[in-house]
Amino acid sequence: MSTQPDLLYSEEEEALRAAVRDLLTDHCDAAGVIARSESAAPHDLSLWKALADGMGLAGLLVPEDRGGQGATHREAAVVLEELGRAVAPVPYLTSAVIATEALLACRDGGDLLAGLASGREIGALAVGLHTAPGAAYATVRAEGGVLHGELSGIADAAVAGLLLVPADDGGLYAVEAGVVTVTPQVSLDLTRPVARVALDGAPGRRLGDAGPAVRRALRAGAGLLASEQLGSAEWSLTETVRYLKDRKQFNRPVGGFQALKHRLAQLWLDAVGLRAAARNAADALATGEDTDVAVAVAQACAAPVAVRAAEEALQLHGGIGMTWEHPVHLHLKRAKANSIALGTAGAHREALAELVDLRAP
Amino acid sequence: MTDATEMRRRTQELLAARPPAGTERLDFLRARFDAGLAWVHFPEELGGLGAPRSLQAVVDAELAAAGAPDNDPRRIGIGLGMAAPTILQYGTEEQKRRFLRPLWTGEEVWCQLFSEPGAGSDLAALGTRAVREGDDWVVDGQKVWTSSAHLARWAILIARTDPEVPKHRGITYFVCDMTDPGVEVRPLRQITGEAEFNEVFLTGVRIPDSRRLGEVGDGWRVAQTTLNNERVAIGGMRLPREGGMIGPVAKTWRERPALRTHDLHQRLLKLWVEAEVARLTGERLRQQLVAGQPGPEGAGMKLAFARLNQEISGLEVELRGEEGLLYDDWTMRRPELVDFTGRDAGYRYLRSKGNSIEGGTSEVLLNIVAERVLGLPAEPRTDKDVAWKDLAR
Repeated sequence: MSTQPDLLYSEEEEALRAAVRDLLTDHCDAAGVIARSESAAPHDLSLWKALADGMGLAGLLVPEDRGGQGATHREAAVVLEELGRAVAPVPYLTSAVIATEALLACRDGGDLLAGLASGREIGALAVGLHTAPGAAYATVRAEGGVLHGELSGIADAAVAGLLLVPADDGGLYAVEAGVVTVTPQVSLDLTRPVARVALDGAPGRRLGDAGPAVRRALRAGAGLLASEQLGSAEWSLTETVRYLKDRKQFNRPVGGFQALKHRLAQLWLDAVGLRAAARNAADALATGEDTDVAVAVAQACAAPVAVRAAEEALQLHGGIGMTWEHPVHLHLKRAKANSIALGTAGAHREALAELVDLRAP
Repeated sequence: MTDATEMRRRTQELLAARPPAGTERLDFLRARFDAGLAWVHFPEELGGLGAPRSLQAVVDAELAAAGAPDNDPRRIGIGLGMAAPTILQYGTEEQKRRFLRPLWTGEEVWCQLFSEPGAGSDLAALGTRAVREGDDWVVDGQKVWTSSAHLARWAILIARTDPEVPKHRGITYFVCDMTDPGVEVRPLRQITGEAEFNEVFLTGVRIPDSRRLGEVGDGWRVAQTTLNNERVAIGGMRLPREGGMIGPVAKTWRERPALRTHDLHQRLLKLWVEAEVARLTGERLRQQLVAGQPGPEGAGMKLAFARLNQEISGLEVELRGEEGLLYDDWTMRRPELVDFTGRDAGYRYLRSKGNSIEGGTSEVLLNIVAERVLGLPAEPRTDKDVAWKDLAR
């Protein structure tokens, strides 16, 4: 490490956070997210339009001369913290981060970047959401200029107009959603649903080599997912503290019982650690310094914290936490799905074993 | 007047007047104090320049580059970190002039007479009595866990001056002369075999009223200054990756493949990640302090490091296999410093058990986080309006 990572938030980043939070407060309340999650259109495309078109946030990672905002992963991470806090059903991680990074890594396809950056086009990398950076992934068959095969577990594919599909010839292909069959799968996390994508002689345009593009895209996705997980953990903690100050049993606020106070204090401690790890990953992605280790550390830390925060929130809310109407299940489902997304904590620890030379027996 | 350039100029002036190569260590340190370069944020005449604290780094860097001696801050940590800020805030002009210079140079070592056998987490319940006799106070009682007591010239002491009022209100803060014939220091041997700490028995110790810090009965408030500075000192450390206890474990793992098992590997990787996250948390806290945005995260750092030190050193003993059955040295010694890296895994395992007890138990710190950071209701108190003499004990 030649320089110290900047682990704080700049004033501009705080202003960005405030703007996103205001928008989500007005347009992404929990009751609406719950109602939408069971409808035919689980994604909130008007919210997406406001974020992407209105605020220009889909193009943060795209340079200005290629139609984007020319910002960095640090700003995108702040947006994801807020989206995670609201469990917002928008394809930000999948389109504005993962698909965008894949396109940025390709030789061709620059013409597609502007579409993703503006948010008018939604992209999805057709690699199973569970795939860790560097792990093997399924491909389709490239034959005579067209693609054949079926891929599953593709997050947000239902709203994507542009699919980036890895094929068995080592290429990454741009495929229009109109020429494939996308079948939603019943998903644990209804706010980031996965789908099957079937290609039956679908025409595709080869953009470049899939290997490095997929790896880069998943690494950026994994690093920034930690910020989304932080936002969710923060929500779980804040909301549970608020509730336990108010909720009374045995003639006392429940939050006054030491057994519960200690659990919440421990959760706070874990969230403080996750914040440092997530900022470190975002900064490392922005500077290119120590990135593999920073991302693996953040992902080895984030899921256990976010899942436990949601589980503790549910338990400490008591009966109301078990109901469909209370938003805690949105966080539990998102956090649990995220613990698999882009590699489990265990997969990232295994990556670290190589990266920092702590090898298996 | 007090910018970095000015600090450099003053430091160079000192170095020119007292070249480190040809100056006695103590002479140099005294001259540095008198030049206001000891702790620049202290007032003039008291070793400082009334400058921002951040400029100390400029002075320290210049002096280190010139090979100047330092005051061995780890050896006199209690004086520097706890006694000095308290004397500065509550001392009379005379007390400040008498005590601060030899405290800073290390000529006079300080210790802290706070904890008692019957007053640990509930420090305010302390029972050491101080009774007024003419111009003096006569002190009787017992203190415990006193590091450096056998080396110390002075102690900061809290004692009960009024048992008739509730416990927080009847305490007064003193500077105690450790050479008084009524002070008896006995080493307190720990589970590691050595004795870092002491028991201190106070029998008819006479303290002139001129060595009282703050008002009679206001000692609890004065002690808060001392204890808050302890927490600042704990939060300020900076570590490189693998800079803590994980370092020796990782080294052993790399150098001795024969010791590796799958179970140890899983646990090692988990702890390595937790150690790295704790390191980043500390680094983030440090950046917040530098940016002038101190956060409440400091309260959590001690909790995190206590648990990590214990788990990592426990793993390390297991990793060593047959060697884990051994211990490097049970000899009763009196170390001046706690040295985690100079000893074997067994020592680290045993010594780190104290990390979740000393300076506030982890259970009390979790209460503090819950109440002061999260704003959860305080524990119900049964001792608040009860005179100290009527408390259960």
